[in-house]
Amino acid sequence: MMTDSEMMQVNEQVSNGENITGAEALLRCLIEEGVDTIFGYPGGAIMPVYDKLLDYQDKIKHILTRHEQGAAHAAQAYAMVTGKPGVCFATSGPGATNLVTGIANAYLDSVPVVFITAQVVSTLIGSDAFQETDILGISMPVVKWNAQVKKPQELPETIAKAFYIATTGRPGPVLIDITKDAQIEKLNFKYRKCNYLRSYNPHIPLHRREIESAAIMINHAEKPLILAGHGILISGAEKELLQFAEKTGIPVAMTLLGLSAFPSGHRLCAGFLGMHGNYAANTLTNEADLIIAIGMRFDDRVTGNLKKYAKNARIIHIEIDEAEINKNVIVDIEINNDAKEVLTELIPLVEKKSYEYWIREFRIRDKVEYDKVIKPETRPEAGKIKMGEVIRMVSDLTKGDAIIVTDVGQNQMAVARYYEFTAPGSLVTSGGMGTMGFGLPAAVGAKIGRSDKQVVAFIGDGGFQMTIQELGTILHYKVPVKLIILNNSFLGMVRQWQDMFFEKRYASTEMVNPDFVTIASGYSIPARSVSERKDLADSLTEMLKAEGPYLLEIKIDKEANVLPMVEPGASVSEVTLTYKS
Amino acid sequence: MKQEYTISLFTEDHIGILSQITIILTRRQINIESITASESAVKGVQMLTLVVRTTAEMVQKVARQMQKLVDVLKVFVHTSDEIIYQEIALFKVKTKGLMSGNIIDHIVRTHYARILEVSPEYMVIEKTGHKTEINNLLHELEPCGLLQFVRSGRIAITKQVKELNAYLEEMDEAHQYKPDKIEAFN
Ligand SMILES: Cc1ncc(C[n+]2csc(CCOP(=O)(O)OP(=O)(O)O)c2C)c(N)n1
Repeated sequence: MMTDSEMMQVNEQVSNGENITGAEALLRCLIEEGVDTIFGYPGGAIMPVYDKLLDYQDKIKHILTRHEQGAAHAAQAYAMVTGKPGVCFATSGPGATNLVTGIANAYLDSVPVVFITAQVVSTLIGSDAFQETDILGISMPVVKWNAQVKKPQELPETIAKAFYIATTGRPGPVLIDITKDAQIEKLNFKYRKCNYLRSYNPHIPLHRREIESAAIMINHAEKPLILAGHGILISGAEKELLQFAEKTGIPVAMTLLGLSAFPSGHRLCAGFLGMHGNYAANTLTNEADLIIAIGMRFDDRVTGNLKKYAKNARIIHIEIDEAEINKNVIVDIEINNDAKEVLTELIPLVEKKSYEYWIREFRIRDKVEYDKVIKPETRPEAGKIKMGEVIRMVSDLTKGDAIIVTDVGQNQMAVARYYEFTAPGSLVTSGGMGTMGFGLPAAVGAKIGRSDKQVVAFIGDGGFQMTIQELGTILHYKVPVKLIILNNSFLGMVRQWQDMFFEKRYASTEMVNPDFVTIASGYSIPARSVSERKDLADSLTEMLKAEGPYLLEIKIDKEANVLPMVEPGASVSEVTLTYKS
Repeated sequence: MKQEYTISLFTEDHIGILSQITIILTRRQINIESITASESAVKGVQMLTLVVRTTAEMVQKVARQMQKLVDVLKVFVHTSDEIIYQEIALFKVKTKGLMSGNIIDHIVRTHYARILEVSPEYMVIEKTGHKTEINNLLHELEPCGLLQFVRSGRIAITKQVKELNAYLEEMDEAHQYKPDKIEAFN
């Protein structure tokens, strides 16, 4: 007769597995998936996992943020800059619900984040137990997939599926809810990565016929325009995009999340699309006879009034998510494939061309925009400091090569307009959700993911105070991020709308702010505040040179508006270039 | 123009899949006229049959959003002439009301209905058919003292020749397809 432990040994040898707790198995799964950094916050239900983290600290670094929302945004930014999925832990109940904004944000911007939440003991589920929330139900509309693990032996397979789903196809967040008993009980641990699910196939065979038709359409176009979105960066197709544009001679405009997919300053770069986008890119969308939309989804901030959008153009839509095709804009050719694969196939089929007369149209409009908007914004001679001049100065000082993080509002639109991105994937911003408070925790996540890069965040005084507690994370882990608070003492973007569309009635947008330098010093973060133009260059240089974290408050023009603007309901060809309140 | 569509979905047996599907419709303010869940001919595959009234354009949009769900295998959208469908209704009627003359014989014969149970107080009648046929019977029974009425959701079989199994095989084949580039984010 064998003793129990001998029997177990034999079993282990047979199955080649190990008998460990669910909590330990979770960490082992993550290690198998190449995870070395987790952002999170502990609590009762997830304590077995945190306890095990101590034993694995040489393999997995856990970053304790100061709020679960911060952990979610940091994990997303980490994913965006590293190309690896982000991982985020939270406990049950309030820990889980605090993640929701971050989950939705990652969902709308197609970023792979694996959220792990703890759940009360399985026998208590459904009874409104202490700190029980139905996080599966709550998160359902904003995750790519979610599942609950109630038995430890289900854990490895579920985690493997989660990583596979999050990172393939159109990426997105997934959430795994693990009951406390499943963390404590033991299982026979074996891990196999997932690469197949019957109901989910991210590898769509190339639609060659459609690609051939697209090539013919492209070769016959007279005023073609490329609209490049986040899909270019996600599929890693920047080189192919450049090659395609250079061969065909077609100008490239980018969506907010597509920025940095094509080099600013390239003669074919048509800049930024949408509500505060470039004048030429917006207005010429309605003159183009062919639009080649790649990895973008015709968001309403990009299209303006749909009834008057791109009516002279035939449209080719290259998009990995079939549900995005014909959703907002009805297209002529749909190519439901990965951007990089399509471009690789398309490049040999298109003719070498140039469209001097068409490019000239862009240059004429660029000049108008420069004189009316860009010059006064980036090179003002008098008056208060402008957002645009700060951003352009940072752009010049970092040679367009820093990782730039923004919050939401005027600061974000100004960065999109005035930072001249040269490195693909160097913008981290909240697009689809427009989540104020994203900037600070995202900067932390980005810097932890890419410590080799200068990470500079532009944040408004409003958004900064939404997640200001993450200064604690910077202090704790000595994260050398550079924070620029563009302080206009207003919720600037809302004030701009009140100015333009609500008769200047400034309801609840003026801010009584704390002394940000004093706050920073409480967290031992070197800080400085400037309000004079003459101090700008010097203070920015000092900030960029600082070895550790640095906070620079810049007091800017209080009531400046971001222009141009495609006003709500207007068409992209009806652009407001100047506005006098 | 709004029209009636039958959406047939084949899904994995994942908890919550029904909610995921209905969320897509409720977000677009599309009312579900009926919904039926059952097993399918393929082992382990669930089948859902939904009936909605909406436009051709909208039904395509929501069908694509449903197809995108990780646990959905295949979505089919059909107009009523492309499917063979039935609903079933049960009626509980006062026996007294049906006994005068030979109303009951007449009803059963002309409506192709069936009597399931008879007691001194009530009778239970079953009718299988299309909604209008069931409604016609309902109208006729109402004056006789209707105690209860219940109608099932629609169940439908498609006329198309290609069956789910063929799609599953295609999906398996598609899975064999691997682009040269390695799977990467960013
Ligand atoms: C969480 C959240 N709440 C509200 C809004 C609406 N909103 C959009 S921009 C904005 C003002 C932002 O002000 P501030 O952070 O000071 O930045 P600024 O526009 O001045 O650059 C507000 C309130 C939002 N986007 N996110």
